[in-house]
Amino acid sequence: MDLLIIFVSALLINNFVLSYFLGICPFLGVSNKLSSAVSMGMAVTFVMTITAVVTWPIYHLILAPYHLEFLEIVSFILVIASLVQFVEMFIRKTSEAIYDALGIYLPLITTNCAILGFALIAVLKNYTYIETIVFGVGAGLGFTLALVIMAGIREELDFADVPESLKGPGITLLVAGILALAFMGFAGLIK
Amino acid sequence: MDENKSYLYDFIKGLWKENPVLVQLLGMCPTLAVTNAVENALAMSVAVIFVLTASAIIISLIRKLIPGQVRIASYIVVIATFVTMADRYLAAFYPAQSKALGPFIPLIVVNCIILGRMEAFASKNGVFRSILDALGMSFGFAIALLLMSSFREILGNGTWLNMRVLGSWWDNWMVMILPPGAFLTLGTIVGVSRFIQTKLKKA
Repeated sequence: MDLLIIFVSALLINNFVLSYFLGICPFLGVSNKLSSAVSMGMAVTFVMTITAVVTWPIYHLILAPYHLEFLEIVSFILVIASLVQFVEMFIRKTSEAIYDALGIYLPLITTNCAILGFALIAVLKNYTYIETIVFGVGAGLGFTLALVIMAGIREELDFADVPESLKGPGITLLVAGILALAFMGFAGLIK
Repeated sequence: MDENKSYLYDFIKGLWKENPVLVQLLGMCPTLAVTNAVENALAMSVAVIFVLTASAIIISLIRKLIPGQVRIASYIVVIATFVTMADRYLAAFYPAQSKALGPFIPLIVVNCIILGRMEAFASKNGVFRSILDALGMSFGFAIALLLMSSFREILGNGTWLNMRVLGSWWDNWMVMILPPGAFLTLGTIVGVSRFIQTKLKKA
């Protein structure tokens, strides 16, 4: 039951994009086409899950026992950067189709604050190993959900008559605000 | 353009013409997340000014020693070191602010403004010009943050830096402090600043 609550809360209530403001750059940059939004979302979910699998042991089995918590930031960012590199190499060798779909998005993920933010928040919340992984999957899917909804709206917006100076980022942010308002309604799901 | 003028330009361009937040749309995450109160925005701005300037000094000093292939990784290590220092300092001396900002101080590491300035400027220019550029950019960031947090705190809470500015007749717009208010405020500010810039260009 706890696992379900963690999952739903990461997916909807504390959505990474709309309530924690993590991963805003790809949210603004890649949300103009539905197909690329789905690919980006999948890539982030994938990397986030692996990050959960790797960073938990690093913090709780290496850094914490030796009182090296202050190395958290440096070690996490290095691990994530090399992890993304490995994943990219692995996918290129094993599956051409997945590489074509996710390829260009993977390097971008290193500087996506959603990944590092997720690793730091998981430590702050003091989750167990299983909980961290569930949290990672939920947060990744929540990111995908926000990105896909936004892309759907923006594809329609192309036909709308938007004032010149609001075109692009301006109107996207305003739409995101309304979307965030709608997502606040989910807060009643869990007490 | 003579020497002094170009030094001045290195500093000034970050404030408005190439403002990292309003024009280049970099570093959106902290801009949205920490602007619910002016106090938090100030703490964040000071942290970014410190990290950006310190990293610019170090990286412009060692720019000739770093091999091209590993430069991004080296930048990240330098930046992460200064971010850790800022994070620990805040946690020790300003625990309340450190708590309110949560993971957003550590997240300065992946703030695109900092990595972007290292790659675009500090890795190609001398120490003095890099410092000017870093100061200009981080003050530009601070201006945008102050602008946003002032709007949000005054409309959402009737206060500015915890001082009452609107009387008791004012009904707080709660939504401005909550996440949606961040998106709505930034969207409006970006729209207005674009409007002004296009008007200036035409004039």
